[in-house]
Amino acid sequence: MDKAATTPVLDLHNVSKDFAKPSGEPLTVLADINVSLREGEILGLLGRSGSGKSTLLRIAAGLIAPSSGDVTYRGQRLGGPTEGIAVVFQTFALFPWLTVLENVEASLDALGIDRQETQRRALAAIDLIGLDGFQSAYPRELSGGMRQRVGFARALVIDPNVLLMDEPFSALDVLTAETLRTDLLDLWTSHRLPTKAILIVTHNIEEAVLLCDRILVLSGSPGQVTAEIPVDLPQPRNRLDQEFRAIADEIYEILTSRSLAAIKAHKESHGGIIHPLPRVFTNRMSGLIERLARPPCEAGADLATLSHILNMQLDDLLPAAEALHILEFAELMGDRLSLTAAGRSFADADIEERKRLFREHLLCFVPLAAHIKHVLDERALHRAPKLRFETELEDTFTRGDAEKTLRTIIDWGRYAELFTYDDRARSFVALQG
Amino acid sequence: MPLADVEFISRQATKGGVVQHRTEFYRYGVFARRMLSWRDLVAALVVFALLVLLGLGLRQMMAPVASAMPQNISLSPWALPAYTLRTTLRMFIALFASLLFTFTYATLAAKSRRAEMVLIPLLDVLQSVPVLGYLSFTVVFFVSLFPGSVLGPEFAAIFAIFTSQAWNMAFSFYQTLRTVPLDIDEATRAFRFSTWQRFWRLEVPFAMPGLIWNMMMSMSGGWFFVVASEAISVGNISYTLPGVGSYVAKAIAERDLHAVFYAIAAMTIAIVAYDQLLFRPLVAWGDKFRAEQTAAQTVPKSLVLDLFQHSAFMHRLGAPIGSGLDFLARQRFTPFAWVPRLSHPLVPQRAGDIIWFACIAAAAIYIALLLVHFMAPTLTWHDVQVVVGNGFLTLLRVVVLIILATLIWVPIGVHVGLRPKLAEKIQPVAQFLAAFPANLLFPVAVVLIVHFAANPAIWLPPLMILGTQWYILFNVIAGTTAYPNDFKEAAATFRIHGWRWWRDVMLPGIFPYYVTGAITASGGSWNASIVAEVVSWGDKRLDAGGLGSYIAHMTTAGDFPRIALGIAIMSAMIVTMNRLIWRPLYAYAERRTRLD
Repeated sequence: MDKAATTPVLDLHNVSKDFAKPSGEPLTVLADINVSLREGEILGLLGRSGSGKSTLLRIAAGLIAPSSGDVTYRGQRLGGPTEGIAVVFQTFALFPWLTVLENVEASLDALGIDRQETQRRALAAIDLIGLDGFQSAYPRELSGGMRQRVGFARALVIDPNVLLMDEPFSALDVLTAETLRTDLLDLWTSHRLPTKAILIVTHNIEEAVLLCDRILVLSGSPGQVTAEIPVDLPQPRNRLDQEFRAIADEIYEILTSRSLAAIKAHKESHGGIIHPLPRVFTNRMSGLIERLARPPCEAGADLATLSHILNMQLDDLLPAAEALHILEFAELMGDRLSLTAAGRSFADADIEERKRLFREHLLCFVPLAAHIKHVLDERALHRAPKLRFETELEDTFTRGDAEKTLRTIIDWGRYAELFTYDDRARSFVALQG
Repeated sequence: MPLADVEFISRQATKGGVVQHRTEFYRYGVFARRMLSWRDLVAALVVFALLVLLGLGLRQMMAPVASAMPQNISLSPWALPAYTLRTTLRMFIALFASLLFTFTYATLAAKSRRAEMVLIPLLDVLQSVPVLGYLSFTVVFFVSLFPGSVLGPEFAAIFAIFTSQAWNMAFSFYQTLRTVPLDIDEATRAFRFSTWQRFWRLEVPFAMPGLIWNMMMSMSGGWFFVVASEAISVGNISYTLPGVGSYVAKAIAERDLHAVFYAIAAMTIAIVAYDQLLFRPLVAWGDKFRAEQTAAQTVPKSLVLDLFQHSAFMHRLGAPIGSGLDFLARQRFTPFAWVPRLSHPLVPQRAGDIIWFACIAAAAIYIALLLVHFMAPTLTWHDVQVVVGNGFLTLLRVVVLIILATLIWVPIGVHVGLRPKLAEKIQPVAQFLAAFPANLLFPVAVVLIVHFAANPAIWLPPLMILGTQWYILFNVIAGTTAYPNDFKEAAATFRIHGWRWWRDVMLPGIFPYYVTGAITASGGSWNASIVAEVVSWGDKRLDAGGLGSYIAHMTTAGDFPRIALGIAIMSAMIVTMNRLIWRPLYAYAERRTRLD
């Protein structure tokens, strides 16, 4: 890719974003972000869900205003959605009551361009993206891949300079996503796209390495750019290439070291009680342990391979790996997940033994569970309202995080037969251990 | 073939509906446009007929009192078509006004947080006031506005119908405006749609299915009120507007049962025609606005809609209107653009809220004082006692009737719903019965009561629920039809029968639907009480007591303070019943028996 122009097309400088918590205090979602998108490149923003990457994209599109810092597009300050920037959405965002042609024309209609011109350009865009023949179909008749093509056509028809894509392929199945990716790359490399620069937000590491010239890894809370990785491989790229694997492994390492650091930090403060638990159910953890125990893994595998075999992306795999790490059924080191001795026993045991092991580890390594059990044992009726623990957690977390953590501990507690939860009375109830 | 024609065909083809049209041309091997087909003729006939009748009807309405107020409403059946037309016309005008109201009121409430604080509670109360209660006051208002002209009573009648339709349409629109799918909303912002464009291209289409459904429900309830509001008698103001309602009123005064039957027949034809010509096409057209992402298994069909869509004549007629509307909708017009959007508001939000609350409080106090000033001199505590006592009597009746209707119609509804073929036949019948104005049947009931010398206090109240019990029936049928098959099959494999089947399988599933139907039925019954608890036949008057009868008596006497008291107490009871019974039931239904 020729990087002819050095002045960035889109520049985010020291951008931060706060949202207000229910209590009124500000919650910082993004802190001090610097991103510059240059002409002729595809830039990737990679991160887990909740890392603020979608917010960042919306700031870049002018849909949200940053709390501090500024966004410049072609040297001018960005005050709102502007001409020359187009967005493609994860859930396609098509008008269900308009046909494909009408949907594509809609973005031009909004600009007040006359009918003849609108229709001509729309038909050209439909042709470019491979939707010919589908003009009169309604979105509900189309598959996910076709709908996203309409989304692309609608974005490209306005001849944008910058194309911003918010996880465009994550709502599609593997094969369809692959087709669309290669089609997009074809159009890009043969210069048939009107756009000069593309910014793509994704949580799929392989996708990022396949498409992008430069990858920014976003992580932490508040979200920050923790790494910038240039990808100099020539197109078309091959997943099985050694350099490809190396870059993917590097990214996994960066992400796991961040989560491990976060876990460690939480354990050391507040006695580990106030510690956000990854939202993973016990079935998934058992499944992962069993998979790791079997060939070809033999008690350990690196995350890139796991992701490939299990077809699980970042947002599903990392939380599961972290949960196993917290419970000490497996160890996350670098970019590798290996079963501990306890994990191997778990894999071989029957259901009763598994529950026993799980209960032991839960009480030992998740202080929140022990805390809840302690509180329940102390009370006369062995019941405690959920609200009590919610307020405790909400001191440090947002309401959403507190809710998620409690839901997870309820699931784990029920499996371990430590305590259960009464939905009607909204309270925890102790179980005979 | 001229270029214009080619483009016309290709445009129509891309509009997705007229591919058949295209093949018709090819089939004849000639690219000449056919002159007229039978579809064109029928469509033209319908349109011209509507226009002519509209013109005739309007002309009569504008005439001064003398000619338009027939001293005698003719009881001949040949006069009925004209009367039915006038009645239907009033419905249309009221519907149009409701639509206008919905688009302004609900949009304002949805867009402005401060406006919402006032507008939505106001709407809630407006919805709870019995429709016929409005009538007494608005008659006086409009008659004084248009002294000597028939426009006064006409507007009053139309306003009464408007009040029966506008509130739930506004609520539905308001609620859909607040639940616009986030991703499409973001897309319209990202592609820089102006506010006006966003309203017409996103918000209204998204709200269309709900709006159409509510329009249907409103109109089916509206027939009742139109019939009731055409023979107006408030104090010393007494008018009869030409229409089916006054025809029946005259028939009652002259004890002409045959005339009543003619009126019932005319109304039946009107409602069926209305349904076929307006609603089915609307619902079929509205289907394309469904925001669901999967193609439906059964698509609502309408013969009339097909007629309109496939006729070249209609296209030519509608094309300029269509392109005109299209042009309007595409304008990059932002209303209120001159109001500067400050990034930091002049007054901090909390202070602004406090000022707003203060204004509202001041206005409320002023209105309360006005009301007290108006009502206090003539009202005594005795009056209040009488009214409240009557109120409880009517409340008792409504509760008992709802329970009875539930016990009868829920089992029948479930029985019908479980048999799809039967449901298909019965559902439209139930909807027709719900729409049919029950007050046309009252005279028949009165004749029977007089004949058997029955006690009116016991036998009149069932009239209250006569028209509204069908809401329970067809909602239960709808709920049973929508009940997921795998639950029924699971129940069958585990051999769950009898009472347990009802308790554990069926009733929880249809509960939300039942509650919806029951709420409508109970609200309708309260409204009906004003015309059902006091009924006359010739010079014989049957009085069942209760709040409805009290309000009716006071209306005839023109005693406004007591009318207001009666209406206020009735509204209060309706609101209380809503908050204490229906809302908790509905919340329970949502929480415990949702099937997702």
